[in-house]
Amino acid sequence: MGHHESNYEPKWGIAKWFDERLPVARMVSDQFIVFPTPRNLNYWWTMGMVLFFFLVIQLITGIILTMHYIPHEAMAFNSVEHIMRDVNWGWLLRNMHSNGASFFFIAVYIHILRGIYYGSYKAPREVLWIVGIIIYILMMAAAFMGYVLPWGQMSFWEATVITNLFSAIPLVGDFITHWFWGAYAVSQPTLNRFLSLHYLVPMILVAFVFIHIWALHVVGSNNPEGLAVKSSDDTLPFHPYFTMKDMFMAIVFLTIYAFFVFYMGNYMGHPDNFIRANPLVTPAHIVPEWYFLPFYAVLRAIPDKLGGVVAMFGSILVVAALPWLDRNPIRSLRYRPWARFFFAGFVATAVLLGFLGSKPAEGWYVHASRVLTAYWFIYFLVIVPIMSKIETKNRRMPGSITDSVLGRHGVIPEGATSAPAKQ
Amino acid sequence: MTATIDDHQEGSTRRNFLYIGTGAFAAVGVGCVIWPFVDQMNPDASQKALASIEVDIAPVQVGQAITVLWRGKPVFIRHRTQAEIDEANKVDITSLRDPQKDTERVKKAEWLIMVGICTHLGCVPSGQKTGDEKGEYNGWFCPCHGSQYDTSGRIRKGPAPRNLDVPEYKFLTDTLVKIG
Repeated sequence: MGHHESNYEPKWGIAKWFDERLPVARMVSDQFIVFPTPRNLNYWWTMGMVLFFFLVIQLITGIILTMHYIPHEAMAFNSVEHIMRDVNWGWLLRNMHSNGASFFFIAVYIHILRGIYYGSYKAPREVLWIVGIIIYILMMAAAFMGYVLPWGQMSFWEATVITNLFSAIPLVGDFITHWFWGAYAVSQPTLNRFLSLHYLVPMILVAFVFIHIWALHVVGSNNPEGLAVKSSDDTLPFHPYFTMKDMFMAIVFLTIYAFFVFYMGNYMGHPDNFIRANPLVTPAHIVPEWYFLPFYAVLRAIPDKLGGVVAMFGSILVVAALPWLDRNPIRSLRYRPWARFFFAGFVATAVLLGFLGSKPAEGWYVHASRVLTAYWFIYFLVIVPIMSKIETKNRRMPGSITDSVLGRHGVIPEGATSAPAKQ
Repeated sequence: MTATIDDHQEGSTRRNFLYIGTGAFAAVGVGCVIWPFVDQMNPDASQKALASIEVDIAPVQVGQAITVLWRGKPVFIRHRTQAEIDEANKVDITSLRDPQKDTERVKKAEWLIMVGICTHLGCVPSGQKTGDEKGEYNGWFCPCHGSQYDTSGRIRKGPAPRNLDVPEYKFLTDTLVKIG
């Protein structure tokens, strides 16, 4: 992987024997212990490990929940209550899984925003970026199907609304929608296949995470200065410096997560999902889970059915296209003050769209959604390419990572020692 | 970090203590995390609620038997005739594969309560209904491999290693039995 020499030397006979046949220990050592990592990484870089934790938590709690859940229209809702009330520790497992999904998304949004701010999508990390977007889309698919399983009112109606999007496709829309449902409306066949696919998608996701880490390790991590690694002085071994930094952040994150799991298990959910699904009664306000709200706002902002669908998917595609929209030679927004200003506007837009997605599509909410949706696309398709051509030099940029760590602009302050502690 | 000689003497004991302390704490923590994931597979509250059943045996006439479902298994409840009780008591214990006196297997002699699963490989023996094949010992006969049980449910002939199991039970009243 990459162009680093492997210095791993097995100490015991059996380790050497195994290393000659399947070099797993060597891979772990090279990729996660000695791996040279830029020494100036800040806490925004810890989300990768946090995401991995939550993937594992979701996988384990999910597999266990499937031991007790019943994917039948007449029994699904009851089986979830059975899990909450009868199954040993069922309440804990269910709360871990539902809040785990939310925290998975909190972490991924921080992770993506870090990537945009520090230019981690730029060459040579374009493939890494695309793989990341694919993982994000898989996460959304898994979360969507998972939310249907408890078969409450929100589960059912969210499934109906979102799967009806397929019917917007010209000519084959209805055919595809009925094929997907397995029926003429969301019903038993849909529920059954959603459990199967909800179990499958995370497995595909794990494969893409492996590819994601592989792609990252070929080129190495970006860093807050956006500077390339010039020498080994610019780096530190991943263990113990970044394993410990990651562990610390993971513990902080898990503590907040635990607070939700134990004290506010239903806070991020919707009370209407405690009503059994009723195909004859639509709730007054259908609202998806919070992590989908910005896209829901975009969908409803466009008055045309197909147009709304195209805009919703388009809003993710423009993010995927960033490496080609922005080719400014300066990577990190730290050194691009105007671009940073517009980026702040983008973050505010995303948050506001989220808020609007939770509101009914009436009055000034609709106007605001349209303005903000317009800004989203203008930011990526107009502002970013324009900014890419201006602000291309910044005299305040340090010469190297080591320079930036030891003192700004290459000036070493008095008393600073020359080299960092290394193992 | 370069260590001085002083560091090495004191530092290593303190460091060892911290390592071992943290390790112990982490091990306890891991145990606490793992336990719920393991325990969730144990029988849950709805299963435990069915762990005991109460059976009204008043309608069971002398010479009649009923089968009830307990913990997913059949339980034979037979209201034995005096003849059957005497037959059970007359048997020479030392000749039995699984020696047990009839009085060890019942609380009230006329009520025989046993798990109706052959101790060989798990089939349900016949003998509960009149007209059923009961085997040479007038008890129960397992059609799968030919095990034969007597009027006390003890194995007399055939491959089964043990007498039919007697579950934990209690007479709440003369006509109400709580099994399990």
